[in-house]
Amino acid sequence: MTLLGPQRRPSVQHVVRDLDPQGPVATVTAGWQERESDDAELDELLGGRMVNLTLHARWLDVHESDPEYADAERDHDAVLRDLRSLYIGQLDHVLRAAYEVAHSKEGDPRWQEAALGDALEVVRLVDEQHLARIRAAQHTFYAAWTPQDRPVVARHRDEVQRILEQSQAVVVAGGHVGELSRVLHLFHVEPHLPPVVIAWSAGAMALSERVVLFHDFVPHGVAQTEVFGEGLGVVHGFLPLPHMRRRLRVDDRVRMSVLARRFAPKQCLVLDDGVRMTLSPEGQLPADARVLTEDGRVSEAGAA
Amino acid sequence: MSQHPSVAPPRRLAINRLKDRKPLDAAAIDRFLGRHEVPIVEGSRCTFLFRGEADEVFVVQRIVGLPEHLPMRRLGDTDLWYLVLDLPEGSRVNYQLEIRRGDQVERTNDPLNEKLSYSPVGTSSVCFGHGYETPEWTLPDPEARPGELVELTVPSRALRRNCQVTLYLPARFRRTASYPLLIVHDGPDFLQYAAAKTVLDNLIHRLDVAETVVAFLHPKERLTEYANSTAYSRFLTNELVPQLETELPLMGKRSARCLLGSSFGAVASLAAAVRSPETYGSLVLMSGSFVFTDIGNDHGGGEVFDPVVKFVNRYRTRPTHVADRLFVSCGVYEPLIAPNRSMVPTFESTGMTVRYVEARDGHNWENWRDRLRDALTWIYPGPQKFYYE
Repeated sequence: MTLLGPQRRPSVQHVVRDLDPQGPVATVTAGWQERESDDAELDELLGGRMVNLTLHARWLDVHESDPEYADAERDHDAVLRDLRSLYIGQLDHVLRAAYEVAHSKEGDPRWQEAALGDALEVVRLVDEQHLARIRAAQHTFYAAWTPQDRPVVARHRDEVQRILEQSQAVVVAGGHVGELSRVLHLFHVEPHLPPVVIAWSAGAMALSERVVLFHDFVPHGVAQTEVFGEGLGVVHGFLPLPHMRRRLRVDDRVRMSVLARRFAPKQCLVLDDGVRMTLSPEGQLPADARVLTEDGRVSEAGAA
Repeated sequence: MSQHPSVAPPRRLAINRLKDRKPLDAAAIDRFLGRHEVPIVEGSRCTFLFRGEADEVFVVQRIVGLPEHLPMRRLGDTDLWYLVLDLPEGSRVNYQLEIRRGDQVERTNDPLNEKLSYSPVGTSSVCFGHGYETPEWTLPDPEARPGELVELTVPSRALRRNCQVTLYLPARFRRTASYPLLIVHDGPDFLQYAAAKTVLDNLIHRLDVAETVVAFLHPKERLTEYANSTAYSRFLTNELVPQLETELPLMGKRSARCLLGSSFGAVASLAAAVRSPETYGSLVLMSGSFVFTDIGNDHGGGEVFDPVVKFVNRYRTRPTHVADRLFVSCGVYEPLIAPNRSMVPTFESTGMTVRYVEARDGHNWENWRDRLRDALTWIYPGPQKFYYE
């Protein structure tokens, strides 16, 4: 498993150099949505052996061919949006409280630390409750609609499985992490992953246990970092944060510290430009991987 | 004592340098006007000019705290009149000139200034103070995929007429998707003078605003229909919204419906939401004509404001929660700034979440154009948080 930083300056070609030049490499560019098929450059980087799983196009085909399922999925999306809206309202308040306590310089540090611990517990509770509700909503939807029994979904799943079984590697590109997570799940990609998996940005996020959205520089001010839902769970123990320096106020140590402590013991992994790391066979981060420490700094995982 | 090398000595204003010109004749003034854009902006100081024979000339503007009529001075024995005003950085000021010749008084836009500002009550000249720049996201971006404008007629029993609506469908509009709805009062003016389509194309392209269907409404009897008319509110809530939600792939729920209006359009938006608090999740109220009286009925706004004042007074007496989120904005150089500031705590007292923004601008479409990003990114934030390329 290799995780990469954003590919504005591509480095994926170096990772696939050691693979069999004849063996196909499956790709997932569904995060690019309607630009999914603009993959000529990626094919070139992969040495012309790319087979795009076209998961976005398959999802559109499901909607086209199975309007009943499409309607149900839209209703399900509306439920998820409602849950997110409630969660963000709660989160905004509890995170502000945590920042306020963390910024406070009054009084005995022991009590301040205890109060911050309490505030973070509340944030974690809100996160966990949201995740539990999302999980329950997903379960209800998939139990009611059993996509595996819908002929068009089943056909696409079979095709995806066949391509993956013939591929020596799969490359998961970035893009819209919500749409990417949806199609990876719908087309049952995880059980058929080939031995080599390479992912960057949203691709890395979608493969982790938990997808966390973040962006401190939206036009109307700071947006709170939020738990979006569960990823495929292929990688464990850390949260990939692509473009971290571009998207987070990394110079605000209090915010960064709250972020690191909120998600501990999972480590917040910096996936900035130029990052390239191969996980150990057990899925461990290399010692030189850069992670956020509990005091809000960026440090090597081995030292953290 | 050391001197900072980068601090230049203050330069004399162009008008003061002209005063010293010898001879100060018509040819010198011709050359002066040929060299300068009017008003002349030199740092925070703006020199307004008028050339012509007159007994008195005034710059007429409506900034709270300044006299409405600011007298210009004649430059020596010439026919050039001038006035120097200090304007804070980033200001845009609307103004006209009033010229008195004997008993004749003429009100006109500044003939030496081509820049015009548009508002529901007509045009005026506009002075761009130092530091004001037209936001780049209001200008056409060739990279932004354009949405489509589609004309629609909605028959209204409430208004006893067919109502014209210009629909904006975002780029990549799909019938299988579902979109939030934004209803915009004074639709044609927002499209023409506030670059609303360009702004939507750009902000959606940049992921700042969610893909949204927008209904631009064409007003007919604007001053009566927008002034707390029951029939008009009925049209919005009972006719327009249901028809749009039947014909278009809209989310069709409260949090995905927003009314936007400026000036009287803001009154129409608030009035509709007051009558139907379960329908709209958010309101965008720009420079709302929320004129009210605390005692008596002397509001000074004229007859057209009577129903507005009655409505706002009633609302202020018993404010109610009419939507979850309100974006409220106003220009600090418009007389409506005081009523708008007063409305913010009134709105907040009901538990509504209010985002209030002020701008150094007046009652005009460019002000409302420049606030669209703040408003729309807050009401319907785009999917920026989801993209990690």
